[in-house]
Amino acid sequence: MEHAVQQLAPLAVTPAGFLWLIPLFPLLGAVINTTCGWWLQRKFGKPVIHIIAVGAMVLSFAVGCVAFAKMLGLPGEERFLQNTLWTVLTAGPVHVDLAFALDPLGMMMVLVVTGIGTLIHIFSIGYMAEDPAYWRFFAYLNLFIFSMLLLVMGDNFVIMFFGWEGVGLCSYLLIAFWYTDPAKAAAGMKAFVVNRFGDFGFILGLFLLFWGLGGVWHELPTGKLSYQPNVPGQQLRIFSGEPATNSAEAEHRETIIEIGPTLNFRQLRDQVVIQATGVADRLLHQKLFGFGLLAMVGILLFVGAMGKSAQLPLSVWLPDAMAGPTPVSALIHAATMVTAGVYMVARLNFIFALSPTAMGWVALIGALTALFGASIGFFQYDIKKVLAYSTVSQLGFMFIGVGVGAYWAGAYHLLTHAFFKAALFLGSGSVILACHHEQDMRKMGGLGKLMPVTRKTYLWACIAIAGFPIASGFYSKDEILWKAFSQQHMSLLGMPAAWLGPLIYCVGIIVATGTAFYMFRSYYMTFTGEYRGGHGHEDGHGHGTTPKESPLSITSVLVVLASGAVLASLLGLPAIWTNRPPILEYFLEPSLPATVHFTEHPHWMEWLFQLIGVSAGAVGWLFARALYRDGKSPVPARLLARWKRAWTVVYNKYYLDEIYGATVVRGSLLFARILSWIDSRLVDGVVNLAGEVTRLFANLDGAIDKYIVDGAVNLVADCTIGAGRGLRRVQTGRIQTYLYGALAGALVVVLLNFLIK
Amino acid sequence: MTSMMGHLSLSHFLVVGGLLFCFGLMTVLTRRNAVAMLMGIELILNGANVNLVAFNHYVAGGLSGQIFALFVIVLAAAEAAVGLAIILAIYQMIRNIDTANIASLRH
Repeated sequence: MEHAVQQLAPLAVTPAGFLWLIPLFPLLGAVINTTCGWWLQRKFGKPVIHIIAVGAMVLSFAVGCVAFAKMLGLPGEERFLQNTLWTVLTAGPVHVDLAFALDPLGMMMVLVVTGIGTLIHIFSIGYMAEDPAYWRFFAYLNLFIFSMLLLVMGDNFVIMFFGWEGVGLCSYLLIAFWYTDPAKAAAGMKAFVVNRFGDFGFILGLFLLFWGLGGVWHELPTGKLSYQPNVPGQQLRIFSGEPATNSAEAEHRETIIEIGPTLNFRQLRDQVVIQATGVADRLLHQKLFGFGLLAMVGILLFVGAMGKSAQLPLSVWLPDAMAGPTPVSALIHAATMVTAGVYMVARLNFIFALSPTAMGWVALIGALTALFGASIGFFQYDIKKVLAYSTVSQLGFMFIGVGVGAYWAGAYHLLTHAFFKAALFLGSGSVILACHHEQDMRKMGGLGKLMPVTRKTYLWACIAIAGFPIASGFYSKDEILWKAFSQQHMSLLGMPAAWLGPLIYCVGIIVATGTAFYMFRSYYMTFTGEYRGGHGHEDGHGHGTTPKESPLSITSVLVVLASGAVLASLLGLPAIWTNRPPILEYFLEPSLPATVHFTEHPHWMEWLFQLIGVSAGAVGWLFARALYRDGKSPVPARLLARWKRAWTVVYNKYYLDEIYGATVVRGSLLFARILSWIDSRLVDGVVNLAGEVTRLFANLDGAIDKYIVDGAVNLVADCTIGAGRGLRRVQTGRIQTYLYGALAGALVVVLLNFLIK
Repeated sequence: MTSMMGHLSLSHFLVVGGLLFCFGLMTVLTRRNAVAMLMGIELILNGANVNLVAFNHYVAGGLSGQIFALFVIVLAAAEAAVGLAIILAIYQMIRNIDTANIASLRH
């Protein structure tokens, strides 16, 4: 079997009772700022709010560092910190604990989330300083970090899904933060609704996987398939290491692996990864409606990732999400939340690696999205829109990485992207703040002289994303593309497609060129030439007329992030440079048990490909420099006039929103209208009919009551009255009459007496 | 006494008792005066008393008939007292003791 999972031991769990503190601090911060933030802000001023929020982040990051130190002190195969708090529910085979776990992959994510999260919190102090809803912003941010940490650290699918939905909620809250603007509120709703589509797929995949672990299909004599659940609670005993010399030692080394449906990542990993359990084989051969179960699970789970990570065709929400405040764009829509899909695929690498179809699907969608995002990024004028499409495109790169099986490279790109994209977004935030909330790059220019720190950090981040070997983006992107080229075992719709890897490589190189082009375009348009903006709006809340450098709380964060973007390259220096695996690959190895086979290529080819990668970046950079430097070249305008129609199509995002509007939105509305018609005509009709019938019966019943029952009663009464009327005549009141009566009676008795005798 | 009793048989007493009863009944039925009616009732009762005493002497023997008659006399006295009291009350109310007029209880 080509994509078999290698023989591995079960994960050794190291208890770490303090893990729950990591999400606790942001939760506390969120609770405090939500419940009494407005009061604190009115009473003590804004510093209290951000001291609480940033303090929570710093504490959380500190505990994360402690966990990191503890993890580094453990041998590689024992790097799985676990902390169970309590059982949430037990129902049949479903057992859910409120538990946190950290393996190297989760550790990396926790450090990124809390570390970059802290920096962005600090940035927000300066950026949001004038917003009256300061407390609300920080409460949401902390709540977001809490949810993201649950997503990352959850020991089982339930906790992860809780976080998954939580970040979606926070994303909605923060995009629509300025909810008085209908467009921004609509953008928030759009993000939320589009994510629901993805979550639907995700949860279906989850159910399918859970179900697939629990049973097998049997063919009945009639030819139909029937599902038969396995006996639950199977156990497999595994002895690690060499054969034991005595029974006590054997007991010590023995590990029991539970086989059966589970929601726990570790149990899932153990039973799938260890071949002796036979679970992997069983999953591979299971079919559902003629499709491989694993392929369906992989594709459905990836649909969830498509929503969360804005992949085609669910990418439409991310550019609109830029309506939120810029720190939100940096934190949620660039560095952390949108990478949740990548994280999820990497976390379930052992599932995806079993299905070449799922891998091919992930990688292909990733490549298409990368191309799609980059091409739109070419022509945007809104600086944040450029960055948004760049994010879509870079997420595509990450999915290429995790799709072709280079899980560590995908995770590495996630890390480097978190740094440079956060730096870019915050740089753009600094620019937007300086330009009085102007986001159109046509009205910027020449800001390099006015904002030197912002310019330098933005430039370094551009270098990183464009893929020059002096910063980190090169290393992660190059590794992804190289692995894509070497991957020839993916399949498409069940058909082996060896050409898919190289094709994705070519797309990737084109996208890399484009990336360098549009990033440097934004750099040149913003920072070089003459300032094209007006003199700001004169609303008298402290803005100067010309842009000036942002305060220290903003620039210091930019410097840290840009340094991170450069220094992160040390984590992934290629093996052919240093003759040993990259640090990050070595670190992440315990989390990524899936072994994917790559075609071996000679070293010169890898050197050559690195050269191609750098040249692609350089070409893009040179084009951008020629066209946009100082804003003097007339060529862009001429090109624009020449290719007006193509430009219009791309500028309008290939009309994807309009297509959605025409199909999904109008379809939904039509469907709603049909349902409304059915409701008002058919359902209401049936209800009214039932009402009429009931009324008819009631009337009938009323008539019976009135005429028959009451009639009988009245008849009795009338008879009594009549009898009374008749008999009262006898009562004359004349005593003689009575006496005559008595005498007559006595005579009758006497007469009768005689007659009877 | 015995010789006198010799030609007095039970029938004689029964005839006297019957006559008394009939006179009483006639009085009660025909007179409208309440006092006269009371007197008629006395006649009826005494007619019955004659029968009781006569049957006791000729047929039953012992004293039970005599005692029965004594009870009837006592009851008749009581009845006359109550009856006269009612008649007096009625007379005070409507100044009349004609029973034809005492029909106001009818309704």
